[in-house]
Amino acid sequence: MVVGSGPGGLQASYELQRRGVDHAVLSADDGPGGMFRRLPIFERLISWTKPDAPYPRGSREYELFDHNSLVAEEERFQACAPEEMDRSYDVPSRAEMEAALAVFVERAGLRVRYGCTWQATRLEDDGGFTLETSDGEYRCRAVVFAIGVTTPWTAPIAGLEHSTHYVDVLPAHEYRGRSVFIVGKRNSAFEIANSLLPWASRMVLASPRPIRTDVLGHSPLRTRYLQPLDEHVRGGFGTSIVDASIERVQRTPDGFRVETRGTSWPAPLTFECDELIAATGFRTPLQDLPKLGLATVADGRIPALTAFWESVSLPGVYFAGNATQGSAGLRKQGLASSSTAVNGFRYNARVLIRHLAEKHFGVDPPRPIVEPERLVAFLQQELAHAPELWIQKGYLCRIVNRAEDGMRDDGILPLQIFVDEAGPDAVAIAVEMAADGTIYPAVYIRRRNHVTEHQLDAHPLHDYESEGHRDALSQLVGPLLRST
Amino acid sequence: MEGRTTTTSLVDTLAQTALFADLSRPELEAVAHEFDEEAFAPGQRVLRQGLSGSGLYVILDGAAVVLRDGEEIARLGRGDFFGEISVFTDYAPTADISAASLLRCLVVPRPEVERFLLERPRVMLRMLKIEANRLRGMLEGLA
Repeated sequence: MVVGSGPGGLQASYELQRRGVDHAVLSADDGPGGMFRRLPIFERLISWTKPDAPYPRGSREYELFDHNSLVAEEERFQACAPEEMDRSYDVPSRAEMEAALAVFVERAGLRVRYGCTWQATRLEDDGGFTLETSDGEYRCRAVVFAIGVTTPWTAPIAGLEHSTHYVDVLPAHEYRGRSVFIVGKRNSAFEIANSLLPWASRMVLASPRPIRTDVLGHSPLRTRYLQPLDEHVRGGFGTSIVDASIERVQRTPDGFRVETRGTSWPAPLTFECDELIAATGFRTPLQDLPKLGLATVADGRIPALTAFWESVSLPGVYFAGNATQGSAGLRKQGLASSSTAVNGFRYNARVLIRHLAEKHFGVDPPRPIVEPERLVAFLQQELAHAPELWIQKGYLCRIVNRAEDGMRDDGILPLQIFVDEAGPDAVAIAVEMAADGTIYPAVYIRRRNHVTEHQLDAHPLHDYESEGHRDALSQLVGPLLRST
Repeated sequence: MEGRTTTTSLVDTLAQTALFADLSRPELEAVAHEFDEEAFAPGQRVLRQGLSGSGLYVILDGAAVVLRDGEEIARLGRGDFFGEISVFTDYAPTADISAASLLRCLVVPRPEVERFLLERPRVMLRMLKIEANRLRGMLEGLA
């Protein structure tokens, strides 16, 4: 069973279909798209799709330039997002993204039961599940929840229940001449602030955590942050960005009074405003799963997951889509995965379904032979071009195993699985990022279940097909080849 | 084990931790906003002997075991922290840390640890006192 018809659910359904695994997709919505049927509220995504790139649409290399399309083996299912874009920006609009997902569903022939709401869950004695839905009961061996992280979450602050949540914000012109207090200083708060700049008379954004401009400079979100932040930094009175925890909100005859306590400037600050908006984030709509024992993180908002995106406490319950952020991976240099965006979780879904099909349905993935004299060139090419490694840095890796009949390509898997689980002698490669932003290739060698780690040289143009990289890789994999 | 409900928030849990005992409520909220909580299944590795990458881990709930070459050398519980030695010495961890039960930790990633402590001198002092006690215990063991 797959629950949800957003990009995570659709990618999972496509991968199941491709592997011939019988499944049903349920969706409470009337059509495909998930969150992109409603959000972002001001209609413009932040993730990149470059309609023309050095590689043709439909190639694996092009996926690196298109962070919004779902991925497929068949060329005609690929790169749906750029087809829909009118090129006024190099990021799609919400409507373009929704249309691209609908095109994928149609071309790939995915079948979804729309208007069918998952209502309750029962664990069965045989380890399977029964989902109670508005259309009756479904039995299954394993379930993939692709239910998003877009259910409004309002921080537990006294009086904040009177606020308008991000998802219910009105069109920008409705805030003409109003003073607006926004609780939150992350992406959704700045999306609102940026959109209200031409309309609101004054805006305050407040949360306890200071903004890290050094991090922001490298963030794809900077387009949203820069203008409101710039007004504040220049000392303008129109927009203020405040580091403060919100202690209490009270209704007044004309609006709201917000009492705060500064964090980086530790003293009380009180604000009067006409409008109060909570941009305090979202949660996964887990329904009855926590009662059945599903562990969560982030104040109950995100399921806690294993490296294969299975609940750490409720076996057989898997997640696809944005909730795959519940598996943090190694975070070696502190770098977070891209699992909160389509570009990252489309690959998570592929790896998850490969694992699930093998474990629960006996469908083995292909593991083609890599000729020994081709091994180094194959690894170099993957390091230079594999979109999975480049987008999910330090999170997904490519593995080549030493099997009885030679070296076999084991495909893309979580790096955490490679370093933590026993297996045959093997090499795994990943693209990683150091704390200072340097990107470099990493090689892991497993021999007799002991894993060693080797960093290769960085290159300003990320050319890992150089002779130097070839020599370094040859030295590392040499012992593996000699023992075949 | 039950998933924590919103009635016991991450901030409440941090407030009960020795390392953060001197922080005010707004300061605790800033910590909860800035750093992630991670949960690990029983048996899952958190730190890996000989492999780069660590951070400061503060146990919020559950238990962990310290394993050197596969052999258990210590057990850690709620309020304990680990990973700081690897961060401060800039060496890969010299032991595995694995979850002994469902384990929840607050994670301060390696590149953030120094700033995290410099901005919170009282947390640093608490940490120093705990480390001093650990060292005394080790020296007494040697005597």
